Amino acid sequence: MNGSMTALAADPYNMIITGVGGQGNVLASRLLGNMLMAQGLNITIGETFGASQRGGSVMSHLRASTFNDLSPQIPKGRAHLIVSLEPTEALRVLKDYGSEQVHVLCNMRPIHAIAVISGEAQYPEAEQLKGWITDLSHTAWFLNATETAMEMGNPIFTNIILVGALSATGVLPLDRDIFEATITRMVPSDKIAKNLEAFDRGKELIES
Amino acid sequence: MSYLVQGKKGEQRLFMGNEAIARGALEAGISVAAGYPGTPSSEIIENLAKVSKERHLYVEWSVNEKVALEVAAAASFAGLRALCVMKQNGVNVASDFLLHLAGSGTRAGLVLVPCDDPGALSSVNEGESRHFARLVEIPLLEPGNFQEAKEMVRYAFTLSEELRTLVMVRSVTRLSHASGNVTLGELPPTGSKAYFKHDGFILDQMEGAVISSPVEYKHTLQQERVQKAAELFEESPFNTYCGPPDPEVLLITSSACNLYSKEAVRLLQAESRVGILKMGTTWPLPPRFVERHLRMADTILIVEEVLPFLEESVKILAAELAPTIGVKTFYGKRDGTIPATGEMNPDRVVQGLARVLGIDYQPVSESYAQKALESAFFGAPERDLTFCPGCPHRASFWSIHNALQLDHRQGFVCGDIGCYSLAMRPTGYETLKTLHAMGSGTGVASGFGMLREFGLDQPVLAVSGDSTFFHAVMPALANAAHHGANITVVVLDNSGTAMTGFQPHPGLTVDAAGKAVQALDIRRICEAMGVEVRQCDPFDLAATQAALLELISSRQGPNVLILKQLCALSPERKGKRRFNMHIVETICMGENCGCNRLCTRVFKCPGLIWDKVKKVSRIDDVICAGCGVCASICPAGAIQKEAV
Ligand code: SF4
Ligand code: SF4
Repeated sequence: MNGSMTALAADPYNMIITGVGGQGNVLASRLLGNMLMAQGLNITIGETFGASQRGGSVMSHLRASTFNDLSPQIPKGRAHLIVSLEPTEALRVLKDYGSEQVHVLCNMRPIHAIAVISGEAQYPEAEQLKGWITDLSHTAWFLNATETAMEMGNPIFTNIILVGALSATGVLPLDRDIFEATITRMVPSDKIAKNLEAFDRGKELIES
Repeated sequence: MSYLVQGKKGEQRLFMGNEAIARGALEAGISVAAGYPGTPSSEIIENLAKVSKERHLYVEWSVNEKVALEVAAAASFAGLRALCVMKQNGVNVASDFLLHLAGSGTRAGLVLVPCDDPGALSSVNEGESRHFARLVEIPLLEPGNFQEAKEMVRYAFTLSEELRTLVMVRSVTRLSHASGNVTLGELPPTGSKAYFKHDGFILDQMEGAVISSPVEYKHTLQQERVQKAAELFEESPFNTYCGPPDPEVLLITSSACNLYSKEAVRLLQAESRVGILKMGTTWPLPPRFVERHLRMADTILIVEEVLPFLEESVKILAAELAPTIGVKTFYGKRDGTIPATGEMNPDRVVQGLARVLGIDYQPVSESYAQKALESAFFGAPERDLTFCPGCPHRASFWSIHNALQLDHRQGFVCGDIGCYSLAMRPTGYETLKTLHAMGSGTGVASGFGMLREFGLDQPVLAVSGDSTFFHAVMPALANAAHHGANITVVVLDNSGTAMTGFQPHPGLTVDAAGKAVQALDIRRICEAMGVEVRQCDPFDLAATQAALLELISSRQGPNVLILKQLCALSPERKGKRRFNMHIVETICMGENCGCNRLCTRVFKCPGLIWDKVKKVSRIDDVICAGCGVCASICPAGAIQKEAV
């Protein structure tokens, strides 16, 4: 019943990509979904679109499995991997879906909620956030993907840098060839080289 | 070429439910598709519009849902298969024609796909469309996964032609906006011809006039169709049972709840105790099929969203069958085992099922849950929704709010449906005081505007988006103009149906498929109604506020202020800054400024950051869209803009 035919650590393997509206996590989940589907897996993605462009928390649930009847929502406490585009969002997701087994890959660039901007709420310090997240996960990786993307000229590459970083963690079967094949289908041809560069820079952030 | 029409029969794709629905309609060989944008339904028409040329389709974003259904029905009357799409609220709008269409019947296949939004993830209600199927007596199908979403739509066309009636296929957010593997079928050849026969015998549905009278005769036919559907559904492959032959509990479900139920049974490791009966044909229910399964167990749990629609239908059958199948114990929404409001998910089903089975289920250890809860409480401040950086609505509501404060008469704004509904909340300075259906802002204002005689002396405003203006504001404004309601309607024209992803509307020069079409001028339409109209750029705060103050002081019937500025996310504006912004730290007075850091504490554009350490405001370069508006807010002139 479980996936001996796959390279997944569990079947189903449950991933959550989280961030703030406008950060493009829908694209990231589609990319990862297609990369895993290319390896013969059944994919289910559940997305919350409502707040997608309006500064609210946005989450994609991505599941890879040999089953073909998975719910688009992951049950509580059952995430194996959380990729967070924003550190406080990682905590929000850990509260509902985390467990001692979960791996977390977290971009450290803060996006301040309106209540923080207006001074009604406090944004925690980076070190404190890292401590909480590490404490709630099996393994946690922290990186500054947004800064790297800005060095590359556009914060839009943050997602691809995170996918590259994810491939270097080794928690999922995501190699560069599959990335190249998948991204080639998803973006115009003149954008492929830049996306590959972003993938590689993401890998380096974990490997170095 | 769009990937929706690429690939051969048998190939697999990762499709969103809405893409699967669109693909199903293409495999059924539709010629026409019409709808009105609304989350979670919009991608169906969008995807069909993209392939309209190569698949020889006519695809339109209609002015509203009633018209969309009328347009699709015309295709059916002329012998072409047609699809009509909307979100749940849209069915209310279409319901007047819907009732008549159910009575008149159809010719070529006609399928209505409403996408409901249980949990109101992107709606202001969680109303359901399923009851309309029962109300107007047409068959209802509910896909239980992504593959079925495609197959069912294709089948719905066959069914529609077999019964000569409109068929409803209801989706929900977690199917429409979720994705899964879908195996492609064949695409039929294109090139159907349209011809409307109307000179046959009046009672001949295929050749005569299309009409729902003589009512009693036609209504009888309609009920016969529903009975025939029930008969056909006895053998439907969309109704499946999975579980042991003699389960302790029979779980009956439909739609995305099918997936949650399977997950719940797996989580509870109750595969040997629970059987799942998934109904794909939920109205009318096939009685013998349901009876066979009701016999399997005496304990029945019904899982669905949102209202107990399936539950009631099953209970009616069970009551009728009681002499032969005996007494059953039902669990579901009516006894509170399953929550009666909101969206389902695996956990909610687990909770209900665990209770029925007497199992204790803990998703994670108590200590982990406690620790995670505390960290999130201290570490993850709530994120309220807000207008995007550079959004013209933030500027518009800033001006409306300020003008009403200056006016001192306790004026208020009747809200409407669109991105700008957010102005109910702090992000729009809590300016909206009523919020109902599309167009209701102006309609309700029109009512308030007639209450002068009863002493109502407060300025009455309404807001409307440009798409909403065409959808349902025009009749409300006509009403206000005709009766002389004393109101100011502010049209927040951001040149697109922004909330749902920039679908064109009659105010624009392109249609759904990108073809050039005539644009209707909102200003001239209002003027033709005899209403005074002004237009401003909402980014020009001073001019906007001056115009508003003048308009709300005038007491001669309705007037209109058009605030025109492109949406920050519109393809034309997105990523293009008009200004590079920076804040001069030495000028910024922070907490000592005019009104105690007006920019971040009150204006609150997410492109601004309050630097706690230096006690000055900063621009967040990743987020700021460079609209330049905050430069006009700062009383000290610390925020500076430099044209790009
Ligand atoms: S930028 Fe202007 S409004 Fe904002 S805190 Fe500084 S002085 Fe006040
Ligand atoms: S210019 Fe000012 S108001 Fe406009 S997006 Fe940037 S920070 Fe916000």
